[in-house]
Amino acid sequence: MMDTLTTYLSYDFVRHALIAGTLSAILGAIVGYFVVIRNVGFAAHALSHIGFTGAAAAALFGLNPLQGILFFTIGAGLFMGVSGDKLQRSDMAIGMVLSMSLGLGTLFLSFYHGYAGQTSAILFGDIFGVSEGQIVEMIVLSLLTLGGLAFFSRKLLFASIQPRLAEARGLSLTALSIAFMIVLAVAVSLASQIVGILLVFTLVIAPAGIALRLCRSFWRGILLAVAMGVVAVWVGILLGCVTDRPVTFWITALFFILYLSVEGYCRFMRKG
Amino acid sequence: MPAALQISDLRLTLGGTDILHGVNAEIEAGEFVGIFGPNGAGKTTLVRAIVNTLRPSGGTIKIFGEAPGKACHQIGYMPQGNSGLELTALSARALVEAVCQGEGWGVPWSSQNTKKEVERVLQLTGAIEYADRPFALLSGGERQRVMLAQALLGQPKILVLDEPLASLDPKNQALLIECVTEVKRRTNATILFVAHDMNPLLHVMDRVLYMAGGGAILGHLDDVVNSESLSHLYGFPIEVVRAGERVFVVSREGNVAELACHDGHTHDLP
Repeated sequence: MMDTLTTYLSYDFVRHALIAGTLSAILGAIVGYFVVIRNVGFAAHALSHIGFTGAAAAALFGLNPLQGILFFTIGAGLFMGVSGDKLQRSDMAIGMVLSMSLGLGTLFLSFYHGYAGQTSAILFGDIFGVSEGQIVEMIVLSLLTLGGLAFFSRKLLFASIQPRLAEARGLSLTALSIAFMIVLAVAVSLASQIVGILLVFTLVIAPAGIALRLCRSFWRGILLAVAMGVVAVWVGILLGCVTDRPVTFWITALFFILYLSVEGYCRFMRKG
Repeated sequence: MPAALQISDLRLTLGGTDILHGVNAEIEAGEFVGIFGPNGAGKTTLVRAIVNTLRPSGGTIKIFGEAPGKACHQIGYMPQGNSGLELTALSARALVEAVCQGEGWGVPWSSQNTKKEVERVLQLTGAIEYADRPFALLSGGERQRVMLAQALLGQPKILVLDEPLASLDPKNQALLIECVTEVKRRTNATILFVAHDMNPLLHVMDRVLYMAGGGAILGHLDDVVNSESLSHLYGFPIEVVRAGERVFVVSREGNVAELACHDGHTHDLP
């Protein structure tokens, strides 16, 4: 058993996967905590899908996919942030922006005559295809985003919990929501490198959502979310290596089981 | 000493529609004023102007002689309704801590001062007993005490409570009012209490601000809530009916229940 583990760890691509997975799990868990508290899950979901358009555009113009994704998600995040709180929770408005950008992505793909395998990796994740350059990119982006979030997280937490009170105390809800949407756009783009655009929910919302169901204090919630995210990614990568089935499947399966157990536990406790 | 709240010739507009105009009121420090009126009379709009989230389109509001923006720390505000925290296990204490230190930069790490202040306000409203339970699992009355505690952070001189009785049963309404009067006794704060039904507050308030028909009048209960002044304010015939110690405002003709009872979401019609 240990021998197999050491063998796997001797591969560069496994080590890269572990580092990249850990980074995006940490970022996803922390940012996701605010997504759940702010109740902007659909906006997060839409942002990740908008990344597809970015990836398709990057393929068409021969750019690095992450750059394309970031360009589109940050753009859409800015738009959602500027449009205010109502739009971020409006299913209709987000749905329209989402379908328009996916339509645009389809258009880009139709112009692109090369091999569209890159987009498949974008959709479902390609954790074993992370290069050293990408890891450096991810470290820099994660640090910048977490640093930014740390800078304004007090205000963000206040505004998320008691928006009207925060407004009365002179906080700008719009400025905070723009800043948060940019942070979210980056977190979502990084997570999509690991688990793919279609499954970003797993890293950005699942750990935080589960932790929020259990933890009564902010910091415990954040720590538990990060721990769950990181462990799930590691176990997922390991199972992926052993079984030769997609890592993404294992990560989502782990979170689903965790979610069911926690939901069951909460219901049992409330009744009992 | 300037008045706790001075409203002069105030005009408030929402989306191009005049909600209030020509409102004048002067509330002294330490008063308990009940703010009443039918749905759509502009009670919450007035509250928003007082807490500076809505700019007046005419006239002025002064809080202890200062503009609302400068005086925002003199005001403790309890907004209407709760935010969507239903699916979280965050405790009442965690929420109040987040609010207490929510105006600074940096990460939300609670200092000793924050913890002390949160402890103080939770004690003051009696919410300390259940402060460590998840907020989402508290009863309506318990939640309102937590929200009231939140409004007391930083020792404000004025408390603006926007419909704290909505969706509480009569027993919890009475308990919350008792809690507010106790807070007032201990902090000597000025209280602006918005409610739909004035009866639960009759024995605790000093004066009434009654809003209807785009205007408002402030005065003692008997001077404001009588058929003549309210008919004038509403612009059509209103009858004030007294039954024992209770007061009912009804329209002289037509739909009585519309005026007399609570808003749509409180449902405890007699």
